[in-house]
Amino acid sequence: MTQKQFILTLEGVNKTFDGFKAINDLNLYMDEGELRVIIGPNGAGKSTMLDIITGRTRPDKGKVEFGKDTDLTKLNEYQINRLGIGRKFQTPSVYIEHTVFENVWLSLEGSRTVWSTLFSRITSAQRERIHEVLKTIGLVDKAQTKAGSLAHGQKQWLEIGMLLAQNPKLLLVDEPAAGMTDEETAKTGELLMSLAGKHSIIVIEHDMVFVRQIARKVTVLHQGNVLCEGTVDEVQADERVIEVYLGRKKKAA
Amino acid sequence: MLSNKSISKRELLLLVIAALIGIVVLPCLNAFVPPASFFHVSNFSINIYGKYLCYAVLAIGVNLLWGYTGLLSLGQALFFSLGGYALGMHLMLMIGKLGQYKSDLPDFMVFLEFIKRFPETGGLPPHWIPFRSFWFAAAMVVVVPAVVSFVFGWLAFRSRIKGVYFSILSQALTYAATLMFFRNDFTFGGNNGLTDFKFILGHEINSAATKRGLFIASAVLLLAVYVVCRWLTSTKFGLIQRAIRDSENRVLFSGYATANFKLFVFVLSGIICGLGGALFVPQVGIINPSEMAPDKSLEAVVWCAVGGRGNLLGPILGAVGCNALKSYATHSFAEQWPYILGGLFIFATLFMPKGLIGLPAQLMEIKRKFTRKNGDAAPQTAPADVAFESATKE
Repeated sequence: MTQKQFILTLEGVNKTFDGFKAINDLNLYMDEGELRVIIGPNGAGKSTMLDIITGRTRPDKGKVEFGKDTDLTKLNEYQINRLGIGRKFQTPSVYIEHTVFENVWLSLEGSRTVWSTLFSRITSAQRERIHEVLKTIGLVDKAQTKAGSLAHGQKQWLEIGMLLAQNPKLLLVDEPAAGMTDEETAKTGELLMSLAGKHSIIVIEHDMVFVRQIARKVTVLHQGNVLCEGTVDEVQADERVIEVYLGRKKKAA
Repeated sequence: MLSNKSISKRELLLLVIAALIGIVVLPCLNAFVPPASFFHVSNFSINIYGKYLCYAVLAIGVNLLWGYTGLLSLGQALFFSLGGYALGMHLMLMIGKLGQYKSDLPDFMVFLEFIKRFPETGGLPPHWIPFRSFWFAAAMVVVVPAVVSFVFGWLAFRSRIKGVYFSILSQALTYAATLMFFRNDFTFGGNNGLTDFKFILGHEINSAATKRGLFIASAVLLLAVYVVCRWLTSTKFGLIQRAIRDSENRVLFSGYATANFKLFVFVLSGIICGLGGALFVPQVGIINPSEMAPDKSLEAVVWCAVGGRGNLLGPILGAVGCNALKSYATHSFAEQWPYILGGLFIFATLFMPKGLIGLPAQLMEIKRKFTRKNGDAAPQTAPADVAFESATKE
């Protein structure tokens, strides 16, 4: 056994939906502060893997641990979130009727009981923290705008900001660049890279330009299993990857 | 739009005016203005207005769930009825020997020979005994709907029953309760329910002064419920409530136990509905199982849709408006009333998504579009096209 401390450990994880093996004996280890990109063709099990980490789906068997020995398979979504695991959904999920400011306010770390939300007032420290988050995601001047009227890319950033407000140890980001312009994509990449180190981040992405921009270590999933791991160049040179993923993409293009 | 900031001066002023009309002006017009005067409000009217106000309380309860939390409950009339039954039980025991059978027992208990079932208490079912106390009954008006809504809500939200499934289950709940209350051996008067009340707190229930008092009580209740809900929307809780409506997963994955928040709102709504029902019953003089039949809950949903949900004033407007219309329609063409109500619902859903309360804003929007089309359409197209082209070239 290694002495090394992982922030996230998935070992021998299996999940079957109606006979379909979505996750098949998956092993994944994340270092603290790492920025990991996960790629893979449709149906490779990327989103199911996030569902398993965040408690939305229970694995049939296998080990899912956060930090040293927190077993995530026994906890539900909000308990897992409170441990410091934040998730950004594939389609931007923000509170469309609330202002950008309120969106971030509701996401700030702190008590989340019914009682505390009835009687707590916003503090100046919280205001400062919200301002700080808005500065990071570049939406300071939109603070009082309704989130529903933001542009698509801005909604994606807002949701990332909402994760940051929770000050999570681990961020799970599902296709952040989907539907973004090239410029927005590049900006998102910079944002994620600036967050790595302080936070551990898993990014799921399809856009290879974007992957090239941010990736240090890439994991390729295929049929619910890790096909290979390495730098972008290593992965792109791998025969199996070319066959199952990049090759097919080239043909299509 | 929805202002959820602290209360403004203008809003406070309007609130005070509305409260004065309900609590002071209308009762005075009823009590002190001679019947011949144009401004006189008849005893009949004050009674019927009191009924509308209770329905408005029910509508607020529905709206708190549907408009603010995204939970379409089709069973809120159950809690309204439970509150009504709780007070009705006390009123039944206050009839004394003035009933048909000149017995201390309520008539239906004599008629159904409860003396054989409950001989040790003289025919009165044991759970009726504490209802001799008004304050016990008043407490039950709150406690019974709260407990029933808590148990149902806890089971439903814990099992993550959502959307249309929640609606269907809530309707099934009220339907099941209706069937249960219809049974004579359930000890609540069967299909006749509870009626022929004589006194409330020692006052004759049909006297003009009592009716006026009940109207004032209804107005005070409506005001209090409004203020509580207004406060709720201004808290962080209110923000989370609406966030659950718009994106429940985001709230759940942000560390909030959404089930607890929904449960809190569901129980609060149940209590509000129960209070409305408790004041409704002495004013109409009867409570029976048809009051909790599924169509009653559906009606309350229609009031919200017509008045405007997701807004605190909309349901009040919808409840009073629809019921005023109903009073008129059921006199003039009773048969067609269900069609009118159904038509209203369809019309409101299709053409007035924000209800009556959102109508002015909706008309302004249409007017704005219309004038833009006709007025300065030509000069605007050219620059817009240029702007679009330069934007796409980027």
